[in-house]
Amino acid sequence: MSQSVNPSASSALSGLSADEMAFAQARQKARLRRRIMPVLGVASVLLLWAALVYWLKVPPFIAPSPQMVAVTLWEKSGLLWTNLVPTMIESVAGFLLGNLAAIVIATVFVHKKTLEEAFFPVVVVINTIPVVAKAPILVLLLGNGMEPKIAIAALICFFPTLVNMVRGLESVNPQAMELMRVLSASKREVFFKLRLPHSLPYLFSALKIAASTAVIGAIVGEWIGSTLGIGALIIQATYAFDSALLYATVIVGSCFSMSFFLLISLLERLALRQTALPNS
Amino acid sequence: MAPLEHAVSCQNVTVRFVTEERAVTALEDVSFTVPAGGFLTLLGPSGCGKSTLLRVVADLITPSSGTVEVLGKTAEQARLDRSLGFVFQDAALLPWRTALENVALPLEVGGGLKPDSRFTSPRDLLALVGLSGWEQSYPHQLSGGMRQRVAIARALLGGPRLLLMDEPFGALDEMTRDRLNEELRRIWAETGTSILFVTHSVYEAAYLGEQVLVLSPNPGRVVQQVTVDLPRERSLALRDTPHFVEIAAALRAMLGKVTP
Ligand SMILES: Nc1ncnc2c1ncn2[C@@H]1O[C@H](COP(=O)(O)OP(=O)(O)O)[C@@H](O)[C@H]1O
Ligand SMILES: [Mg+2]
Repeated sequence: MSQSVNPSASSALSGLSADEMAFAQARQKARLRRRIMPVLGVASVLLLWAALVYWLKVPPFIAPSPQMVAVTLWEKSGLLWTNLVPTMIESVAGFLLGNLAAIVIATVFVHKKTLEEAFFPVVVVINTIPVVAKAPILVLLLGNGMEPKIAIAALICFFPTLVNMVRGLESVNPQAMELMRVLSASKREVFFKLRLPHSLPYLFSALKIAASTAVIGAIVGEWIGSTLGIGALIIQATYAFDSALLYATVIVGSCFSMSFFLLISLLERLALRQTALPNS
Repeated sequence: MAPLEHAVSCQNVTVRFVTEERAVTALEDVSFTVPAGGFLTLLGPSGCGKSTLLRVVADLITPSSGTVEVLGKTAEQARLDRSLGFVFQDAALLPWRTALENVALPLEVGGGLKPDSRFTSPRDLLALVGLSGWEQSYPHQLSGGMRQRVAIARALLGGPRLLLMDEPFGALDEMTRDRLNEELRRIWAETGTSILFVTHSVYEAAYLGEQVLVLSPNPGRVVQQVTVDLPRERSLALRDTPHFVEIAAALRAMLGKVTP
Protein backbone atom coordinates (compact mmCIF):
# COMPACT_ATOMS: atom_id res chain seq x y z
CA MET A 1 0.00 0.00 0.00
CA SER A 2 1.31 3.45 -0.84
CA GLN A 3 1.31 6.17 1.74
CA SER A 4 -0.89 9.11 0.88
CA VAL A 5 0.20 12.71 1.48
CA ASN A 6 -3.28 14.10 1.78
CA PRO A 7 -4.33 13.57 5.41
CA SER A 8 -8.04 13.31 4.73
CA ALA A 9 -7.42 10.85 1.93
CA SER A 10 -5.14 8.75 4.12
CA SER A 11 -7.65 8.57 6.92
CA ALA A 12 -10.27 7.55 4.42
CA LEU A 13 -7.83 4.99 3.15
CA SER A 14 -7.09 3.54 6.59
CA GLY A 15 -10.81 3.47 7.40
CA LEU A 16 -11.36 1.54 4.21
CA SER A 17 -8.51 -0.85 4.91
CA ALA A 18 -9.87 -1.68 8.37
CA ASP A 19 -13.15 -2.52 6.71
CA GLU A 20 -11.31 -4.44 4.09
CA MET A 21 -9.38 -6.35 6.71
CA ALA A 22 -12.56 -7.42 8.43
CA PHE A 23 -13.99 -8.38 5.08
CA ALA A 24 -10.88 -10.39 4.19
CA GLN A 25 -10.99 -12.17 7.54
CA ALA A 26 -14.65 -13.00 7.13
CA ARG A 27 -13.95 -14.27 3.68
CA GLN A 28 -11.09 -16.45 4.81
CA LYS A 29 -13.28 -17.91 7.53
CA ALA A 30 -16.01 -18.61 5.00
CA ARG A 31 -13.50 -20.24 2.70
CA LEU A 32 -12.14 -22.43 5.48
CA ARG A 33 -15.68 -23.43 6.37
CA ARG A 34 -16.38 -24.29 2.78
CA ARG A 35 -13.32 -26.57 2.78
CA ILE A 36 -13.92 -28.21 6.13
CA MET A 37 -17.63 -28.84 5.95
CA PRO A 38 -17.56 -31.29 3.02
CA VAL A 39 -14.67 -33.18 4.65
CA LEU A 40 -16.71 -33.51 7.85
CA GLY A 41 -19.71 -34.60 5.79
CA VAL A 42 -17.80 -37.35 4.00
CA ALA A 43 -16.19 -38.50 7.24
CA SER A 44 -19.51 -38.81 9.03
CA VAL A 45 -21.06 -40.76 6.15
CA LEU A 46 -18.09 -43.17 6.20
CA LEU A 47 -18.46 -43.54 9.95
CA LEU A 48 -22.18 -44.23 9.67
CA TRP A 49 -21.48 -46.79 6.95
CA ALA A 50 -18.85 -48.54 9.07
CA ALA A 51 -21.16 -48.50 12.10
CA LEU A 52 -24.12 -49.93 10.18
CA VAL A 53 -22.07 -52.74 8.66
CA TYR A 54 -20.67 -53.55 12.08
CA TRP A 55 -23.88 -53.47 14.14
CA LEU A 56 -26.15 -55.06 11.60
CA LYS A 57 -23.49 -57.70 10.86
CA VAL A 58 -23.87 -57.23 7.10
CA PRO A 59 -22.10 -60.15 5.41
CA PRO A 60 -19.21 -59.06 3.12
CA PHE A 61 -20.88 -60.50 -0.03
CA ILE A 62 -23.71 -57.96 0.38
CA ALA A 63 -21.83 -54.85 1.42
CA PRO A 64 -18.25 -54.33 2.60
CA SER A 65 -17.12 -52.10 5.41
CA PRO A 66 -15.22 -48.95 4.42
CA GLN A 67 -12.05 -50.42 5.91
CA MET A 68 -12.36 -53.44 3.61
CA VAL A 69 -12.79 -51.18 0.61
CA ALA A 70 -9.75 -49.16 1.62
CA VAL A 71 -7.68 -52.31 2.00
CA THR A 72 -8.87 -53.59 -1.38
CA LEU A 73 -8.03 -50.27 -3.01
CA TRP A 74 -4.51 -50.66 -1.66
CA GLU A 75 -3.95 -54.38 -2.17
CA LYS A 76 -5.57 -54.67 -5.59
CA SER A 77 -4.29 -51.34 -6.90
CA GLY A 78 -2.42 -53.20 -9.65
CA LEU A 79 -5.59 -54.94 -10.86
CA LEU A 80 -7.62 -51.73 -10.61
CA TRP A 81 -5.02 -49.78 -12.56
CA THR A 82 -4.79 -52.43 -15.31
CA ASN A 83 -8.54 -52.16 -15.71
CA LEU A 84 -8.67 -48.38 -15.48
CA VAL A 85 -6.23 -47.82 -18.35
CA PRO A 86 -8.42 -49.26 -21.13
CA THR A 87 -11.45 -47.38 -19.77
CA MET A 88 -9.44 -44.18 -19.76
CA ILE A 89 -8.23 -44.70 -23.32
CA GLU A 90 -11.72 -45.56 -24.55
CA SER A 91 -13.45 -42.63 -22.92
CA VAL A 92 -10.82 -40.01 -23.78
CA ALA A 93 -10.54 -41.22 -27.39
CA GLY A 94 -14.33 -41.35 -27.65
CA PHE A 95 -14.60 -37.89 -26.12
CA LEU A 96 -12.17 -36.41 -28.63
CA LEU A 97 -13.67 -38.16 -31.65
CA GLY A 98 -17.30 -37.51 -30.76
CA ASN A 99 -16.85 -33.87 -29.92
CA LEU A 100 -14.64 -33.16 -32.91
CA ALA A 101 -17.24 -34.71 -35.22
CA ALA A 102 -19.99 -32.71 -33.49
CA ILE A 103 -18.12 -29.43 -33.91
CA VAL A 104 -17.41 -30.10 -37.58
CA ILE A 105 -21.00 -31.12 -38.33
CA ALA A 106 -22.39 -28.14 -36.42
CA THR A 107 -20.21 -25.92 -38.60
CA VAL A 108 -21.56 -27.60 -41.72
CA PHE A 109 -25.16 -27.24 -40.50
CA VAL A 110 -24.72 -23.54 -39.90
CA HIS A 111 -23.47 -23.01 -43.44
CA LYS A 112 -25.83 -25.46 -45.20
CA LYS A 113 -29.32 -24.72 -43.98
CA THR A 114 -30.98 -27.50 -45.98
CA LEU A 115 -28.84 -30.15 -44.32
CA GLU A 116 -29.68 -28.71 -40.93
CA GLU A 117 -33.40 -28.65 -41.69
CA ALA A 118 -33.30 -32.31 -42.74
CA PHE A 119 -31.08 -33.78 -40.03
CA PHE A 120 -31.18 -31.55 -36.98
CA PRO A 121 -34.61 -32.82 -35.83
CA VAL A 122 -33.30 -36.40 -36.07
CA VAL A 123 -30.34 -35.42 -33.91
CA VAL A 124 -32.58 -33.77 -31.33
CA VAL A 125 -34.74 -36.92 -31.08
CA ILE A 126 -31.75 -39.27 -30.76
CA ASN A 127 -30.38 -36.95 -28.10
CA THR A 128 -33.39 -37.64 -25.89
CA ILE A 129 -32.61 -41.41 -25.67
CA PRO A 130 -30.82 -42.09 -22.35
CA VAL A 131 -27.20 -43.22 -22.45
CA VAL A 132 -27.85 -46.59 -20.81
CA ALA A 133 -30.44 -47.34 -23.48
CA LYS A 134 -28.19 -46.31 -26.35
CA ALA A 135 -25.12 -48.24 -25.24
CA PRO A 136 -26.46 -51.84 -25.51
CA ILE A 137 -27.82 -51.05 -28.98
CA LEU A 138 -24.35 -49.94 -30.01
CA VAL A 139 -22.65 -52.96 -28.45
CA LEU A 140 -24.90 -55.24 -30.48
CA LEU A 141 -24.05 -53.25 -33.58
CA LEU A 142 -20.30 -53.00 -32.98
CA GLY A 143 -19.27 -56.15 -31.10
CA ASN A 144 -16.21 -56.71 -28.87
CA GLY A 145 -12.81 -55.02 -28.62
CA MET A 146 -11.72 -51.53 -27.70
CA GLU A 147 -12.92 -49.79 -30.88
CA PRO A 148 -16.63 -50.34 -30.26
CA LYS A 149 -16.27 -48.84 -26.77
CA ILE A 150 -14.57 -45.82 -28.26
CA ALA A 151 -17.39 -45.58 -30.77
CA ILE A 152 -19.98 -45.78 -28.00
CA ALA A 153 -18.27 -43.08 -25.95
CA ALA A 154 -17.94 -40.96 -29.11
CA LEU A 155 -21.57 -41.36 -30.13
CA ILE A 156 -22.73 -40.55 -26.64
CA CYS A 157 -20.71 -37.31 -26.59
CA PHE A 158 -21.66 -36.45 -30.11
CA PHE A 159 -25.34 -35.61 -29.79
CA PRO A 160 -25.38 -33.20 -26.84
CA THR A 161 -22.36 -31.36 -28.21
CA LEU A 162 -23.87 -31.11 -31.66
CA VAL A 163 -27.13 -29.71 -30.30
CA ASN A 164 -25.35 -27.18 -28.09
CA MET A 165 -22.83 -26.19 -30.72
CA VAL A 166 -25.52 -25.52 -33.33
CA ARG A 167 -27.41 -23.40 -30.81
CA GLY A 168 -24.21 -21.56 -29.86
CA LEU A 169 -23.20 -20.87 -33.45
CA GLU A 170 -26.68 -19.68 -34.42
CA SER A 171 -27.72 -17.61 -31.44
CA VAL A 172 -25.44 -14.70 -32.27
CA ASN A 173 -26.80 -11.21 -31.83
CA PRO A 174 -28.58 -10.32 -35.10
CA GLN A 175 -27.25 -6.78 -34.87
CA ALA A 176 -23.71 -8.15 -34.66
CA MET A 177 -24.48 -10.10 -37.84
CA GLU A 178 -25.65 -6.88 -39.50
CA LEU A 179 -22.49 -5.17 -38.30
CA MET A 180 -20.43 -7.87 -40.02
CA ARG A 181 -22.33 -7.25 -43.22
CA VAL A 182 -21.84 -3.49 -43.01
CA LEU A 183 -18.14 -4.27 -42.70
CA SER A 184 -18.38 -6.61 -45.73
CA ALA A 185 -17.00 -9.50 -43.66
CA SER A 186 -16.65 -12.85 -45.45
CA LYS A 187 -18.46 -15.97 -44.23
CA ARG A 188 -15.18 -17.23 -42.88
CA GLU A 189 -14.61 -14.05 -40.90
CA VAL A 190 -18.16 -14.13 -39.55
CA PHE A 191 -17.49 -17.68 -38.40
CA PHE A 192 -14.15 -17.11 -36.74
CA LYS A 193 -14.69 -13.61 -35.38
CA LEU A 194 -18.31 -13.90 -34.33
CA ARG A 195 -19.95 -17.33 -34.33
CA LEU A 196 -17.13 -19.42 -32.93
CA PRO A 197 -16.21 -17.20 -29.96
CA HIS A 198 -19.90 -16.76 -29.23
CA SER A 199 -20.41 -20.53 -29.20
CA LEU A 200 -17.58 -21.32 -26.76
CA PRO A 201 -19.65 -21.10 -23.56
CA TYR A 202 -22.25 -23.39 -25.19
CA LEU A 203 -19.52 -25.75 -26.33
CA PHE A 204 -17.94 -25.98 -22.90
CA SER A 205 -21.17 -26.67 -21.11
CA ALA A 206 -21.65 -29.56 -23.55
CA LEU A 207 -18.06 -30.74 -23.09
CA LYS A 208 -18.53 -30.89 -19.34
CA ILE A 209 -21.55 -33.14 -19.82
CA ALA A 210 -19.60 -35.18 -22.38
CA ALA A 211 -16.69 -35.71 -19.97
CA SER A 212 -18.97 -37.69 -17.67
CA THR A 213 -21.05 -39.41 -20.31
CA ALA A 214 -17.98 -40.56 -22.26
CA VAL A 215 -16.86 -42.52 -19.19
CA ILE A 216 -20.36 -43.91 -18.69
CA GLY A 217 -20.43 -44.91 -22.34
CA ALA A 218 -17.12 -46.77 -22.09
CA ILE A 219 -18.16 -48.54 -18.87
CA VAL A 220 -21.56 -49.56 -20.14
CA GLY A 221 -19.87 -50.84 -23.30
CA GLU A 222 -17.53 -52.94 -21.18
CA TRP A 223 -20.42 -54.42 -19.19
CA ILE A 224 -21.74 -56.12 -22.21
CA GLY A 225 -18.76 -57.46 -24.08
CA SER A 226 -15.34 -57.19 -22.49
CA THR A 227 -12.87 -58.90 -20.16
CA LEU A 228 -10.89 -55.79 -19.34
CA GLY A 229 -11.87 -52.34 -18.11
CA ILE A 230 -13.73 -50.78 -15.21
CA GLY A 231 -17.06 -51.99 -16.62
CA ALA A 232 -15.81 -55.57 -16.97
CA LEU A 233 -14.35 -55.53 -13.47
CA ILE A 234 -17.66 -54.29 -12.07
CA ILE A 235 -19.43 -57.27 -13.65
CA GLN A 236 -16.78 -59.77 -12.52
CA ALA A 237 -16.78 -58.47 -8.94
CA THR A 238 -20.58 -58.60 -8.83
CA TYR A 239 -20.76 -62.21 -10.03
CA ALA A 240 -17.99 -63.20 -7.59
CA PHE A 241 -19.88 -61.54 -4.71
CA ASP A 242 -16.68 -59.61 -4.05
CA SER A 243 -18.41 -56.51 -2.79
CA ALA A 244 -15.21 -54.86 -1.59
CA LEU A 245 -13.71 -55.09 -5.09
CA LEU A 246 -16.98 -53.86 -6.60
CA TYR A 247 -16.99 -50.77 -4.40
CA ALA A 248 -13.30 -50.14 -4.99
CA THR A 249 -13.84 -50.35 -8.76
CA VAL A 250 -16.75 -47.97 -8.63
CA ILE A 251 -14.67 -45.52 -6.61
CA VAL A 252 -11.79 -45.69 -9.08
CA GLY A 253 -14.19 -45.16 -11.99
CA SER A 254 -15.83 -42.19 -10.29
CA CYS A 255 -12.48 -40.61 -9.44
CA PHE A 256 -11.44 -40.82 -13.07
CA SER A 257 -14.76 -39.40 -14.27
CA MET A 258 -14.51 -36.56 -11.76
CA SER A 259 -10.93 -35.71 -12.73
CA PHE A 260 -11.94 -35.65 -16.38
CA PHE A 261 -14.79 -33.27 -15.57
CA LEU A 262 -12.50 -31.03 -13.51
CA LEU A 263 -9.95 -30.93 -16.31
CA ILE A 264 -12.60 -29.71 -18.76
CA SER A 265 -13.85 -27.16 -16.21
CA LEU A 266 -10.30 -25.89 -15.87
CA LEU A 267 -9.95 -25.58 -19.64
CA GLU A 268 -13.26 -23.74 -19.71
CA ARG A 269 -12.02 -21.24 -17.16
CA LEU A 270 -8.87 -20.66 -19.16
CA ALA A 271 -10.73 -20.26 -22.43
CA LEU A 272 -13.53 -18.06 -21.13
CA ARG A 273 -11.49 -16.16 -18.57
CA GLN A 274 -12.35 -12.79 -20.00
CA THR A 275 -15.92 -13.30 -21.03
CA ALA A 276 -19.03 -12.68 -19.06
CA LEU A 277 -20.53 -16.14 -19.40
CA PRO A 278 -23.92 -15.69 -21.04
CA ASN A 279 -25.32 -19.16 -20.38
CA SER A 280 -23.81 -20.74 -17.36
CA MET B 1 -12.84 14.48 -55.73
CA ALA B 2 -15.84 16.39 -57.06
CA PRO B 3 -17.83 18.00 -54.26
CA LEU B 4 -20.78 15.84 -53.37
CA GLU B 5 -24.19 17.40 -53.08
CA HIS B 6 -26.01 14.64 -51.24
CA ALA B 7 -24.67 12.11 -48.77
CA VAL B 8 -27.89 10.15 -49.22
CA SER B 9 -30.59 10.45 -51.82
CA CYS B 10 -33.62 8.16 -51.71
CA GLN B 11 -36.25 8.41 -54.43
CA ASN B 12 -39.67 6.72 -54.17
CA VAL B 13 -38.41 3.95 -51.94
CA THR B 14 -40.96 1.26 -51.10
CA VAL B 15 -40.20 -1.73 -48.91
CA ARG B 16 -42.57 -4.66 -48.58
CA PHE B 17 -41.95 -7.56 -46.22
CA VAL B 18 -43.66 -10.81 -47.06
CA THR B 19 -43.68 -13.28 -44.19
CA GLU B 20 -45.57 -16.53 -43.79
CA GLU B 21 -48.43 -14.87 -41.98
CA ARG B 22 -48.77 -11.54 -43.71
CA ALA B 23 -47.38 -8.95 -46.06
CA VAL B 24 -46.34 -5.62 -44.55
CA THR B 25 -45.60 -2.43 -46.40
CA ALA B 26 -42.98 -0.94 -44.11
CA LEU B 27 -42.18 2.05 -46.33
CA GLU B 28 -44.18 3.56 -49.15
CA ASP B 29 -42.86 6.02 -51.69
CA VAL B 30 -40.29 7.58 -49.40
CA SER B 31 -38.09 10.29 -50.88
CA PHE B 32 -35.57 12.41 -49.03
CA THR B 33 -32.00 13.61 -49.14
CA VAL B 34 -29.24 14.15 -46.62
CA PRO B 35 -26.96 17.00 -47.71
CA ALA B 36 -23.24 16.19 -47.69
CA GLY B 37 -21.88 16.90 -44.24
CA GLY B 38 -25.43 17.22 -42.93
CA PHE B 39 -27.17 15.85 -39.89
CA LEU B 40 -30.64 14.48 -40.56
CA THR B 41 -32.76 12.94 -37.84
CA LEU B 42 -35.53 10.48 -38.70
CA LEU B 43 -38.47 10.98 -36.36
CA GLY B 44 -41.55 8.80 -36.11
CA PRO B 45 -43.50 6.52 -33.80
CA SER B 46 -42.22 3.00 -33.46
CA GLY B 47 -43.18 0.69 -36.29
CA CYS B 48 -43.18 3.44 -38.90
CA GLY B 49 -40.19 1.98 -40.73
CA LYS B 50 -37.30 4.09 -39.42
CA SER B 51 -35.00 1.12 -38.89
CA THR B 52 -36.03 -0.29 -42.23
CA LEU B 53 -35.13 2.96 -43.96
CA LEU B 54 -31.72 3.03 -42.27
CA ARG B 55 -31.10 -0.56 -43.32
CA VAL B 56 -32.01 0.27 -46.90
CA VAL B 57 -29.35 3.00 -46.89
CA ALA B 58 -26.84 0.58 -45.34
CA ASP B 59 -27.59 -2.05 -48.02
CA LEU B 60 -28.86 -4.48 -45.39
CA ILE B 61 -32.28 -4.50 -47.07
CA THR B 62 -32.96 -4.17 -50.80
CA PRO B 63 -35.99 -1.97 -51.44
CA SER B 64 -38.92 -3.46 -53.36
CA SER B 65 -38.81 -0.39 -55.60
CA GLY B 66 -37.20 3.02 -55.77
CA THR B 67 -33.62 4.17 -56.01
CA VAL B 68 -31.06 4.76 -53.30
CA GLU B 69 -27.88 6.69 -53.83
CA VAL B 70 -25.29 6.84 -51.07
CA LEU B 71 -22.32 9.19 -51.44
CA GLY B 72 -22.90 9.28 -55.19
CA LYS B 73 -22.79 5.49 -55.49
CA THR B 74 -25.16 2.59 -55.08
CA ALA B 75 -25.77 1.60 -51.48
CA GLU B 76 -23.92 -1.66 -52.13
CA GLN B 77 -20.86 0.09 -53.52
CA ALA B 78 -20.86 2.51 -50.60
CA ARG B 79 -20.91 -0.44 -48.21
CA LEU B 80 -18.14 -2.26 -50.07
CA ASP B 81 -16.06 0.95 -50.07
CA ARG B 82 -16.37 1.10 -46.29
CA SER B 83 -17.98 4.54 -46.54
CA LEU B 84 -20.60 3.69 -43.92
CA GLY B 85 -20.57 3.42 -40.16
CA PHE B 86 -23.54 1.88 -38.36
CA VAL B 87 -24.43 2.25 -34.70
CA PHE B 88 -27.07 -0.15 -33.41
CA GLN B 89 -29.57 0.30 -30.63
CA ASP B 90 -27.97 -2.28 -28.33
CA ALA B 91 -24.34 -1.35 -29.13
CA ALA B 92 -23.72 -4.89 -30.47
CA LEU B 93 -20.27 -5.12 -28.90
CA LEU B 94 -18.55 -8.49 -28.83
CA PRO B 95 -18.42 -9.45 -25.14
CA TRP B 96 -15.15 -11.39 -25.41
CA ARG B 97 -13.26 -8.37 -26.74
CA THR B 98 -11.99 -5.37 -24.80
CA ALA B 99 -13.22 -1.89 -25.67
CA LEU B 100 -10.09 -1.36 -27.75
CA GLU B 101 -10.42 -4.70 -29.53
CA ASN B 102 -14.07 -3.96 -30.28
CA VAL B 103 -13.16 -0.65 -31.88
CA ALA B 104 -10.45 -2.43 -33.88
CA LEU B 105 -12.83 -5.03 -35.34
CA PRO B 106 -13.21 -3.19 -38.68
CA LEU B 107 -9.45 -3.56 -39.18
CA GLU B 108 -9.70 -7.34 -39.04
CA VAL B 109 -12.61 -8.14 -41.33
CA GLY B 110 -13.76 -7.37 -44.85
CA GLY B 111 -10.23 -6.61 -46.05
CA GLY B 112 -9.53 -4.00 -43.39
CA LEU B 113 -9.44 -0.28 -44.06
CA LYS B 114 -9.04 1.38 -47.42
CA PRO B 115 -5.56 2.86 -47.92
CA ASP B 116 -6.62 6.52 -47.78
CA SER B 117 -8.70 6.16 -44.62
CA ARG B 118 -8.86 8.75 -41.88
CA PHE B 119 -9.23 7.77 -38.19
CA THR B 120 -7.14 4.63 -38.32
CA SER B 121 -6.22 4.50 -34.63
CA PRO B 122 -8.69 2.74 -32.31
CA ARG B 123 -6.98 4.34 -29.32
CA ASP B 124 -7.47 7.87 -30.66
CA LEU B 125 -11.12 7.14 -31.41
CA LEU B 126 -11.72 5.93 -27.87
CA ALA B 127 -10.21 9.22 -26.73
CA LEU B 128 -12.51 11.10 -29.12
CA VAL B 129 -15.57 9.52 -27.49
CA GLY B 130 -14.17 10.23 -24.02
CA LEU B 131 -13.04 6.72 -23.08
CA SER B 132 -9.31 7.14 -22.60
CA GLY B 133 -8.23 4.78 -19.85
CA TRP B 134 -11.00 2.26 -20.57
CA GLU B 135 -9.23 0.54 -23.46
CA GLN B 136 -8.75 -2.77 -21.64
CA SER B 137 -12.24 -2.98 -20.14
CA TYR B 138 -14.69 -5.60 -21.31
CA PRO B 139 -18.23 -4.60 -22.32
CA HIS B 140 -19.77 -6.08 -19.18
CA GLN B 141 -17.55 -3.79 -17.13
CA LEU B 142 -18.89 -0.69 -18.90
CA SER B 143 -22.13 1.22 -18.39
CA GLY B 144 -24.74 1.37 -21.13
CA GLY B 145 -23.63 4.86 -22.11
CA MET B 146 -19.99 3.79 -22.29
CA ARG B 147 -20.88 0.81 -24.44
CA GLN B 148 -22.61 3.13 -26.91
CA ARG B 149 -19.53 5.34 -26.94
CA VAL B 150 -17.44 2.29 -27.85
CA ALA B 151 -19.93 1.46 -30.60
CA ILE B 152 -19.67 5.00 -31.95
CA ALA B 153 -15.87 4.82 -31.91
CA ARG B 154 -16.04 1.52 -33.79
CA ALA B 155 -18.40 3.01 -36.38
CA LEU B 156 -16.03 5.96 -36.87
CA LEU B 157 -12.96 3.78 -37.50
CA GLY B 158 -11.69 4.41 -40.98
CA GLY B 159 -13.48 7.76 -41.11
CA PRO B 160 -16.73 6.79 -42.85
CA ARG B 161 -18.35 9.66 -44.70
CA LEU B 162 -21.79 8.64 -43.52
CA LEU B 163 -22.78 7.53 -40.05
CA LEU B 164 -26.08 5.68 -39.64
CA MET B 165 -27.45 5.52 -36.11
CA ASP B 166 -30.54 3.52 -35.11
CA GLU B 167 -31.87 4.87 -31.80
CA PRO B 168 -28.43 4.50 -30.27
CA PHE B 169 -29.39 6.27 -27.05
CA GLY B 170 -32.91 4.86 -26.80
CA ALA B 171 -32.13 2.51 -23.92
CA LEU B 172 -30.13 5.01 -21.85
CA ASP B 173 -31.23 7.11 -18.90
CA GLU B 174 -32.08 10.71 -19.65
CA MET B 175 -28.95 12.30 -18.21
CA THR B 176 -26.62 9.98 -20.08
CA ARG B 177 -28.64 10.50 -23.21
CA ASP B 178 -28.39 14.30 -22.87
CA ARG B 179 -24.65 14.15 -22.45
CA LEU B 180 -24.22 11.86 -25.42
CA ASN B 181 -26.45 14.11 -27.52
CA GLU B 182 -24.17 17.02 -26.76
CA GLU B 183 -21.09 14.98 -27.55
CA LEU B 184 -22.53 13.64 -30.76
CA ARG B 185 -22.96 17.22 -32.01
CA ARG B 186 -19.32 17.82 -31.13
CA ILE B 187 -18.19 14.63 -32.85
CA TRP B 188 -20.21 15.54 -35.90
CA ALA B 189 -18.57 18.99 -36.03
CA GLU B 190 -15.09 17.56 -35.45
CA THR B 191 -15.28 14.75 -37.96
CA GLY B 192 -17.33 16.33 -40.71
CA THR B 193 -19.18 13.04 -41.18
CA SER B 194 -22.74 13.16 -42.50
CA ILE B 195 -25.13 11.61 -40.01
CA LEU B 196 -28.51 9.96 -40.41
CA PHE B 197 -29.95 9.45 -36.95
CA VAL B 198 -33.13 7.57 -36.02
CA THR B 199 -35.07 8.52 -32.92
CA HIS B 200 -38.59 8.56 -31.57
CA SER B 201 -37.84 11.47 -29.25
CA VAL B 202 -38.97 14.89 -30.45
CA TYR B 203 -36.33 16.62 -28.34
CA GLU B 204 -33.52 14.46 -29.57
CA ALA B 205 -34.62 14.93 -33.17
CA ALA B 206 -34.75 18.73 -32.84
CA TYR B 207 -31.61 19.09 -30.77
CA LEU B 208 -29.40 16.90 -32.93
CA GLY B 209 -30.63 17.45 -36.44
CA GLU B 210 -29.94 20.20 -38.91
CA GLN B 211 -33.02 18.74 -40.49
CA VAL B 212 -35.74 16.41 -39.27
CA LEU B 213 -37.55 13.92 -41.50
CA VAL B 214 -40.93 13.20 -39.94
CA LEU B 215 -42.43 9.82 -40.82
CA SER B 216 -45.95 8.46 -40.34
CA PRO B 217 -46.80 4.81 -39.75
CA ASN B 218 -48.88 2.16 -41.57
CA PRO B 219 -47.35 2.31 -44.08
CA GLY B 220 -44.25 4.43 -43.42
CA ARG B 221 -44.54 7.67 -45.38
CA VAL B 222 -42.77 11.00 -45.26
CA VAL B 223 -44.86 13.68 -43.56
CA GLN B 224 -42.39 16.47 -44.02
CA GLN B 225 -38.68 17.25 -44.08
CA VAL B 226 -38.20 20.17 -41.69
CA THR B 227 -35.11 22.36 -41.44
CA VAL B 228 -34.28 23.08 -37.83
CA ASP B 229 -33.35 26.68 -37.56
CA LEU B 230 -31.02 26.59 -34.57
CA PRO B 231 -27.39 27.74 -34.31
CA ARG B 232 -24.66 25.30 -35.27
CA GLU B 233 -23.13 25.54 -31.80
CA ARG B 234 -25.68 23.93 -29.50
CA SER B 235 -25.56 23.42 -25.77
CA LEU B 236 -28.14 21.57 -23.75
CA ALA B 237 -29.38 24.87 -22.31
CA LEU B 238 -30.67 25.64 -25.79
CA ARG B 239 -33.49 23.22 -25.14
CA ASP B 240 -35.01 25.56 -22.58
CA THR B 241 -35.21 28.51 -24.97
CA PRO B 242 -38.69 29.47 -26.27
CA HIS B 243 -37.46 29.00 -29.83
CA PHE B 244 -36.46 25.38 -29.20
CA VAL B 245 -39.73 24.68 -27.40
CA GLU B 246 -41.58 26.08 -30.41
CA ILE B 247 -39.70 23.83 -32.82
CA ALA B 248 -40.34 20.78 -30.63
CA ALA B 249 -44.02 21.68 -30.41
CA ALA B 250 -44.24 21.98 -34.18
CA LEU B 251 -42.66 18.55 -34.61
CA ARG B 252 -44.96 17.06 -32.04
CA ALA B 253 -47.94 18.55 -33.84
CA MET B 254 -46.81 16.90 -37.07
CA LEU B 255 -46.56 13.57 -35.28
CA GLY B 256 -49.87 14.16 -33.53
CA LYS B 257 -51.64 14.47 -36.84
CA VAL B 258 -50.42 11.08 -37.93
CA THR B 259 -50.69 9.09 -34.71
CA PRO B 260 -54.22 8.60 -33.43
N1 LIG C 1 -37.47 -8.40 -41.46
C1 LIG C 1 -38.76 -8.07 -41.37
N2 LIG C 1 -39.71 -8.96 -41.75
C2 LIG C 1 -41.02 -8.63 -41.67
N3 LIG C 1 -41.49 -7.46 -41.23
C3 LIG C 1 -40.61 -6.53 -40.83
C4 LIG C 1 -39.20 -6.79 -40.88
N4 LIG C 1 -38.55 -5.70 -40.42
C5 LIG C 1 -39.51 -4.81 -40.10
N5 LIG C 1 -40.74 -5.29 -40.35
C6 LIG C 1 -42.01 -4.59 -40.17
O1 LIG C 1 -41.89 -3.32 -40.80
C7 LIG C 1 -42.48 -2.31 -40.00
C8 LIG C 1 -41.46 -1.24 -39.71
O2 LIG C 1 -40.47 -1.76 -38.85
P1 LIG C 1 -39.22 -0.92 -38.36
O3 LIG C 1 -38.49 -0.40 -39.54
O4 LIG C 1 -38.46 -1.76 -37.42
O5 LIG C 1 -39.90 0.29 -37.57
P2 LIG C 1 -39.27 1.31 -36.53
O6 LIG C 1 -37.80 1.17 -36.58
O7 LIG C 1 -39.74 2.66 -36.98
O8 LIG C 1 -39.85 0.99 -35.20
C9 LIG C 1 -43.03 -2.98 -38.77
O9 LIG C 1 -44.42 -3.20 -38.97
C10 LIG C 1 -42.28 -4.30 -38.71
O10 LIG C 1 -43.10 -5.29 -38.15
MG1 LIG D 1 -36.47 0.60 -34.99
